Amino acid sequence: MKPFRLIASLGCGILFGLGLVISGMSNPAKVLAFLDFFGAWDPSLAAVMAGAIPVTALFYWVARRRALDVSGAAFPNPPAQAIDRRLVLGAATFGIGWGLVGFCPGPAIAALALDWRPILVVAAMAVGFDVARRLRPAPTNLARDAVSGSVSP
Amino acid sequence: MTPNLAQSLLQSLIGGMVIGLAAGLFWLLNGRVAGISGLAAGLITRHWQGRTLENLLFLAGLPVGVLIYRAELGAPPFVLTEQPVVLVVGGVLVGLGTATAGGCTSGHGVCGLARLSPRSMVATATFMLVAMITVFVARHVLP
Repeated sequence: MKPFRLIASLGCGILFGLGLVISGMSNPAKVLAFLDFFGAWDPSLAAVMAGAIPVTALFYWVARRRALDVSGAAFPNPPAQAIDRRLVLGAATFGIGWGLVGFCPGPAIAALALDWRPILVVAAMAVGFDVARRLRPAPTNLARDAVSGSVSP
Repeated sequence: MTPNLAQSLLQSLIGGMVIGLAAGLFWLLNGRVAGISGLAAGLITRHWQGRTLENLLFLAGLPVGVLIYRAELGAPPFVLTEQPVVLVVGGVLVGLGTATAGGCTSGHGVCGLARLSPRSMVATATFMLVAMITVFVARHVLP
């Protein structure tokens, strides 16, 4: 277990959390105001994506020129999965939950530093993850997928 | 555009760039997709062989980043529904939906769109639209 990877993981998590709170994503009211597109719309969170996507893309572009990541491991291949009903139904289900509570997974965990109530949301999310696991058809070969890098839960 | 809106947009833009930096570094340094639902769900499903500690450290970092902000700039605005049913039902649907779709706003919305993944485009458009309809119904139809 490389120390570099562990430190990098923690550092990236801290930076991500900082970004979430600076952007306002950790405030459910702010998120819901953005999602109130057909009502009293607050466009601020569109700016979050506008800021995040190009910066991430830049790093992906730099990475394409490398065989190995900085820690020395091979980059995983993107998962080769179809655009299927599971994707759309899953996204729709997530959308309903997000529209109800104003939290997606990252901000819910980050907001544990602000209030105790997100614990309920995080615990409920964990239940949701487990239900999804039970509903999923048997995995083909998790070990093979982990080695090839084409993994997603 | 009011000064307040301009400031809000700017702050969100900067915060977004910091998120992009974090996600970009996670990819370049460790070859990992900063998809929070995947990292978190993997702890439940034990999906990530040999990566559990990395995932835990990343996730633990999220509230630490917020704590640092709090220490320097004070508590940010935070308004969350008081209704436990909404918290629980919403949370379960978020967990179920993101695990089924293989990603959330960070996994699909940021990382997936950054690499122009068609799958992520479909997922993001879907959850954005459905979330907006949900809010519309909850705020402007049901009451």
